[in-house]
Amino acid sequence: MSLTVTDLRVSYQTLRGEVRALDGVSFTVADGEILGLAGESGCGKTTLGKSLIRLDGRMRHAGGTVELDGRELPIADDRAMNAFRFREVSLVPQYSMSALNPTRKIGRMVAELLRSRGETPDRAKLESRLAQVGLPREVLDRYPIELSGGMRQRVVMVISTLLDPSLLIADEITSALDVSTQQAVARALLGFRDAGHVTSMVFITHDLALTARIADTIMVMYAGRLAEKAPAEVLVEQPRHPYTRLLVNALPEVGARHAGRRLTGIAGSPPSLLDPPPGCRFRERCPLADDGCAEQPPVTEVAPGHHVACWKV
Amino acid sequence: MLTSDMLKLDNVTKTYRVGALGGKAVTAVDRVSFDVRAGEVVSLIGESGSGKSTIGRMILGLTPVTGGSITVAGAPVRPGRDYYRSVQGVFQDPFSCYNPVFKADRVFRLIKETYHPGVPEDEWAARVRAAVRDVRLNPGEVLGKYPHQLSGGQLQRMLIARALLLDLKLLVADEITSMLDASTRVDVLNLLADLKARGLAVLYVTHDLALGTYLAERTVVLWRGTVVERGPTEQVFGDPLHPYTRRLLAAVPRLHAPWEDAPEVRSCLYHDTGAVGGLAEATPGHFVACARLSDCQGDVS
Ligand SMILES: Nc1ncnc2c1ncn2[C@@H]1O[C@H](COP(=O)(O)OP(=O)(O)OP(=O)(O)O)[C@@H](O)[C@H]1O
Ligand SMILES: Nc1ncnc2c1ncn2[C@@H]1O[C@H](COP(=O)(O)OP(=O)(O)O)[C@@H](O)[C@H]1O
Ligand code: SF4
Ligand SMILES: [Mg+2]
Ligand SMILES: [Mg+2]
Repeated sequence: MSLTVTDLRVSYQTLRGEVRALDGVSFTVADGEILGLAGESGCGKTTLGKSLIRLDGRMRHAGGTVELDGRELPIADDRAMNAFRFREVSLVPQYSMSALNPTRKIGRMVAELLRSRGETPDRAKLESRLAQVGLPREVLDRYPIELSGGMRQRVVMVISTLLDPSLLIADEITSALDVSTQQAVARALLGFRDAGHVTSMVFITHDLALTARIADTIMVMYAGRLAEKAPAEVLVEQPRHPYTRLLVNALPEVGARHAGRRLTGIAGSPPSLLDPPPGCRFRERCPLADDGCAEQPPVTEVAPGHHVACWKV
Repeated sequence: MLTSDMLKLDNVTKTYRVGALGGKAVTAVDRVSFDVRAGEVVSLIGESGSGKSTIGRMILGLTPVTGGSITVAGAPVRPGRDYYRSVQGVFQDPFSCYNPVFKADRVFRLIKETYHPGVPEDEWAARVRAAVRDVRLNPGEVLGKYPHQLSGGQLQRMLIARALLLDLKLLVADEITSMLDASTRVDVLNLLADLKARGLAVLYVTHDLALGTYLAERTVVLWRGTVVERGPTEQVFGDPLHPYTRRLLAAVPRLHAPWEDAPEVRSCLYHDTGAVGGLAEATPGHFVACARLSDCQGDVS
């Protein structure tokens, strides 16, 4: 078993109090598995990704454990985590396209990064990885601004996986790209998994259709908790959680016309995580909610590999 | 019913001067023609760098055309107070439209000062609340807050609400939903559909094809600054004629089906029908450019 997250709790310290961005999340990712992580803005996707790599100054590990390949990750200990970052777990962050150092040519940047980790740059390997994502070796002699968004995104992907990490976390790496580039990047991710450059992957996005195309399993989060997790096809074709059902219905398919069927969004917005209400977090917006939902629903396995947190399933 | 062109582009070209001393020219938009009627949404799709935003900026008078002409309600683009009373743009990155040191609802205040100085304060406040409700926001939740306290989707919808406070006839919406999650996106799209029903003309710029089809009567496909196909949305998406349109459609991830290869285009309609002037009319209103097949002998300039 590659990644095991158990009852993970992470919060942000703010002037107004503690934002409980992850409030008891448990799941596993197997060797070779791509886990798609979906959910509305603010539900905790990025927080989860960051927790597996680096907690920033205002983040606090409030409980739970993360185990990678049988070893516990010291996520609350920034220095101890250094032994794992890049080698064992690697993150391609949200907005990473603009995060490349603009004053360095790509090649030099990669060399510096590797040396800072005590590794010797392997030019041949680097070029072969670039070729696998459809980039010419000339990009090494270019500055980031000279590359398009999609090229930069692929460069970041290659860099983050150079040391063949066990787990790659990709946070919204395709959201700003047009469909053709998005498809190329998504296929490159699959290729890296198939070639074993990364063992498993957590692919974060709010684009459910794209996740469905590349993930083996999809996990939907709501307000800091797991709502539903199932094999990708099951989640998309037979969602059980009321939130997942609404989410799937909120998606237009190509060719769908407003005149034909008016899509419905999900009325209301997620609860504040500063002082979240007790019980099911989706209660305020759930069409099925009743008094019983004032108590927090447990995550139950309704079919092999299909987990749902709702009293009504 | 009288349907008149609200927006008309006729052979519009834009070249940017780049490089040291503007020595090199980049043609970002190349002889583009299409129109948008009142009460109609036209979507402009194409990959990044294809010239979509440049077209939007020219319509809004933020950058001049190099050639051809743009008219709005029959009159040329004339940036200024009167023009912006009826023509507005909403852009991809809502954060850039707000000044972080001021509360977000200052955007409404500026509209009042510029366009409605005579309206009494309490009446204005009521109008603002109504516009905010129109974009499905709760006034109590968003008014009086600073930009960083609101989400991208909330800020985006406030910009639309701001546009609603004017006597708007044409809205240029440039990638306004790419920052939003699926549920908020649907709200914004439904809102545009309602505005359209009230007679607003909308140019909906996007690289998300599914969103484009959902709203638009007609679709214009842009490729490297030129129109390769345009026509009724059902036809452009249901029976795409140009290889580029087919490639774009094939790349869209679908929820319920895997990616498929784009069906090949075997013969060039443009050259087969011997049309001249850039586009051939395949069926009424459905235009397509030269397919640029590998053995193309014709003049495709
Ligand atoms: N630095 C911070 N300080 C305080 N609260 C924060 C901070 N960063 C995130 N949060 C809060 O934590 C919660 C989860 O945020 P997170 O960034 O993980 O969401 P997300 O699911 O990645 O959203 P998106 O789809 O918008 O990227 C939200 O309620 C957010 O407002
Ligand atoms: N201010 C500018 N100066 C020079 N070139 C520009 C400028 N704005 C856009 N371009 C170029 O014009 C082309 C079209 O860009 P743009 O209209 O932004 O496309 P899109 O909105 O479809 O992504 C691109 O090649 C871009 O690099
Ligand atoms: S537990 Fe109740 S409120 Fe929560 S999703 Fe299920 S039915 Fe809805
Ligand atoms: Mg995020
Ligand atoms: Mg643009």
